[in-house]
Amino acid sequence: MPITVKTFGSAGEAASALSSDRAARYLGGGTLVMRALNEGDISISTIVRANDHALRRIDAAGPRVTIGAGVTFAKILAERDLAFLHAPARSIGGPAVRNMGTVGGNLFAPNPYGDFTVALLALDATVTVQGGFGARNVPIEEFLQSRDRQAGSLVISISCQKPTNSEAFRYRKITRIRPKGGSVITLAAYVPLSSGRLLDARLALGSMAPMPIRARAAERALEGRPLDASSISAAASAITEGTSPVDDALGSAWYRREIAGVHLRRLLSGQE
Amino acid sequence: MLELRKDIFADERDDNLKEIGKGTQRQDMLGHVTGTSTYFDDHKLQGMLHLKVVRSVHSHARLRRIETTEAEQSQGVRRIIRGADVPRNLNTLLSLINFGKDDEPSLAVDKVRYKGEPIVAVVADSPREASEAMAKVRIEYEPLPTVFDVEDALKPGAPVVNETYPKNTFTYYEKYDHQKLRFGDVERGLAQADHVLEQRYQMSPIEHAPTETNGSIAAPDTNGRYTVYTSTQALFFSVDTCAKILDVPSNTFHFIGGTVGGGFGGKVDTITEPLCILAAMLTGRPVRYVLGREEEMQYGPPRGAERIYITDGVMRDGRIVARKVRAYFDSGAYTRLSSYAAVKCAAHLPGPYTIPNVYGDVYCVFTNRTPATAMRGFGVTAMDFAIECQMDKLAHIVGMDPMEFRILNAYRDGDMKAHRREAKNTALIECVQVAAEKAKWPLRDEFKRASSRQGGGGARAVVPAATREAHAPTVAAAQQRTVYDRAPATAPSREPPPPPPPRPQAPSHGAARFSSVFGTRRR
Amino acid sequence: MSKTALQFRHNGRDVAIFVDGGTNLLVALRELIGDMTPKFGCGQGGCGACSVLIDGELHLACLTLAETVAGRSIETLDGIKQGPNLHPLQRAFADNFAAQCGYCTPGMLMAAKALLDRNPQPSRAEVIEAISGNICRCTGYEPIINAVLAAASSRARA
Repeated sequence: MPITVKTFGSAGEAASALSSDRAARYLGGGTLVMRALNEGDISISTIVRANDHALRRIDAAGPRVTIGAGVTFAKILAERDLAFLHAPARSIGGPAVRNMGTVGGNLFAPNPYGDFTVALLALDATVTVQGGFGARNVPIEEFLQSRDRQAGSLVISISCQKPTNSEAFRYRKITRIRPKGGSVITLAAYVPLSSGRLLDARLALGSMAPMPIRARAAERALEGRPLDASSISAAASAITEGTSPVDDALGSAWYRREIAGVHLRRLLSGQE
Repeated sequence: MLELRKDIFADERDDNLKEIGKGTQRQDMLGHVTGTSTYFDDHKLQGMLHLKVVRSVHSHARLRRIETTEAEQSQGVRRIIRGADVPRNLNTLLSLINFGKDDEPSLAVDKVRYKGEPIVAVVADSPREASEAMAKVRIEYEPLPTVFDVEDALKPGAPVVNETYPKNTFTYYEKYDHQKLRFGDVERGLAQADHVLEQRYQMSPIEHAPTETNGSIAAPDTNGRYTVYTSTQALFFSVDTCAKILDVPSNTFHFIGGTVGGGFGGKVDTITEPLCILAAMLTGRPVRYVLGREEEMQYGPPRGAERIYITDGVMRDGRIVARKVRAYFDSGAYTRLSSYAAVKCAAHLPGPYTIPNVYGDVYCVFTNRTPATAMRGFGVTAMDFAIECQMDKLAHIVGMDPMEFRILNAYRDGDMKAHRREAKNTALIECVQVAAEKAKWPLRDEFKRASSRQGGGGARAVVPAATREAHAPTVAAAQQRTVYDRAPATAPSREPPPPPPPRPQAPSHGAARFSSVFGTRRR
Repeated sequence: MSKTALQFRHNGRDVAIFVDGGTNLLVALRELIGDMTPKFGCGQGGCGACSVLIDGELHLACLTLAETVAGRSIETLDGIKQGPNLHPLQRAFADNFAAQCGYCTPGMLMAAKALLDRNPQPSRAEVIEAISGNICRCTGYEPIINAVLAAASSRARA
């Protein structure tokens, strides 16, 4: 069956088209959908697009930032108010991929991709989704857990609170190739200190499960404690709890488990 | 820029080098930087069709039924090709030089022997239509037991991978199931040694990952000929292979190639051309068959894996007196070029060293893995890796500097090599000396003074009178050894060695760094 | 099969083609326009062999839906020569032996051009970052990096 391309002026129309056709996929930057077509994926027969400026809008002036799903990583890197997201954006692809790949698409990127989503998960972002029945806000963790069933809806934007200072949010992607490569593991940590103690610390892991996950046990090890050698050590030893990494070409499950704590320790203690 | 050490062996050559040591522009550079170098895929032919193959989803299975009716009726499909359509559906690459038996079909008929083996080819107007038709090909498999480990493949009762070689080993000279090297008396040498070191080395398959994937375009030409644009690294070899498989004279083809987007050995197997030409013959249209990236990585032939066991005997003064090697080259499901790789393995023993007692057994083994192929020194690279790791460990055991240890054991002009050829024009000592100098690695004077042209020959030129097959080792009372390889080696044996022994207690001597160093001093 | 009419600028010239639904820009450039300089390497965004500039921005042609470039300006290696004269980057690649098999070269050159167009005097680290999405399997990264730096300094002198 030949492929049909449907281009709409508004995200709402695109969302309707998407929800009414099981063989339809939304085309953002192309790095997932075009790749699938190039590899001969015949399950896709309709490509849906939207030329809606709302999808490319960045609202970063206030304490809560909203990023349109169609915003590319290059655009994030060009936005000074999104400095806290520059490290995850820069860790993705080469310049061409950053000029194409979008924040919305990254939510759907399978391992070893989807690094930006790991950062958003640690920031406890909210995903705004347009379905057949209007828009709704979904916490990112919930969104990811039902990701496979989200194909019929359209992500409009992602929003999150800005970290209070640059130390409160940290990110690290471990690759085998410098400067760029697929993720062996990806770590993101939201570690805000309140009167010297961690409050609502959040840790997110990439490539340690079928999709980015929170490391709850390690978070509990940090909660209410100062960010010191003892709490970091406790978090590092709990980091693999609830994870289910797999063997792939970039690393074995064993290796991923072994290094997760090492890199969490370095990330939290500010080591290179 | 290159530095030439003309001082070394200056008397052996005329000093008239005009080209070496200075930059010379590549002939194809202008084409490369302007993007006008023409690769096989840079041809857009009128009415070109696209070929894709349906690949086995099992590593080893009988093919009960292949149903293509629905696929034939799929939109845009011009032709479905099955094994029966291939004029000579069995080949081995080196049959062109009368080496080995035909063992590999272009399209599997009765059985598949590795995951990804081509079974049916679909020729359609567009890649998309070919993909859609592929999904409509129904194949009924009867999975068979698999074997992925070279030593498991040699065990009695192991699944037979390739019926052409029922013992899962390539047959040399219509008789032998492995390559043998015998020189001196390795068991006596090991028994006399102060230290014996036994180690196991394992190398994985390596994908060449060329930026340009394997592929070809074939087009009908006048006078019943076919023009073929190909990524092959071995153009004439590929012409003759296609002529054999398609059962036509080789002058049927006009092959155009030579500009290859990265080969590294991964483009010598003629994997796309025969089906591509056959499709052009059957449809009368130009046909393009290019591997996708995932196909290239998953099913393109890799460098073959090797497992190597080395047992060395070394004296306290650093002389290696015996080297015994047992190696397995993983050919995957078919021979391709691995039979030759095993020959190179054996030919490379015992490395560039003069050792009076050498013993080697090298097997080319069939398993249900992707068939292996050439890659940059295949057969030699892994053996070198194993030998040089071993050399470092031996140096450590005897407390010698690793560079000096190599100089001590290096072959010199006039020495007899284990293959019964006199060593000539040797230069390992000088290479090590220069490497040490460049790395600012201190060498003692006697080693700085050593020369490949001195100290060789004489007693070192003698071929031992009686080369005996190995017998049950007579172990010196004071010498501790743990043997990996207990198989009687008096006859070509299919008994695999037992699994490696448990790790020993930490040795009391200075070799604690190496977990399986068991040598102790004899005197 | 229905086709979509598509017009864009290709190396400074207006072109008009008809594309099938789902056609990527790489196929459109190579098979419909006949510009063979962008190469297919992976179709996945992993190798950079198909790198082109879209309105001056580096993109991967194989992952670009052709009809999304309607009205935009595409630049490929085929368009960077100035008449009979090589672009400074081409000259520098040749002089610095920055090509072996040549298959990654068109993409490398476009990635390098995207860098120098915006940052005429890049540091070595910036060059490495700029070509980080382009794979050279002959492993000539050092000469490639040197070539880009040489091109930058030759332009600075000119």
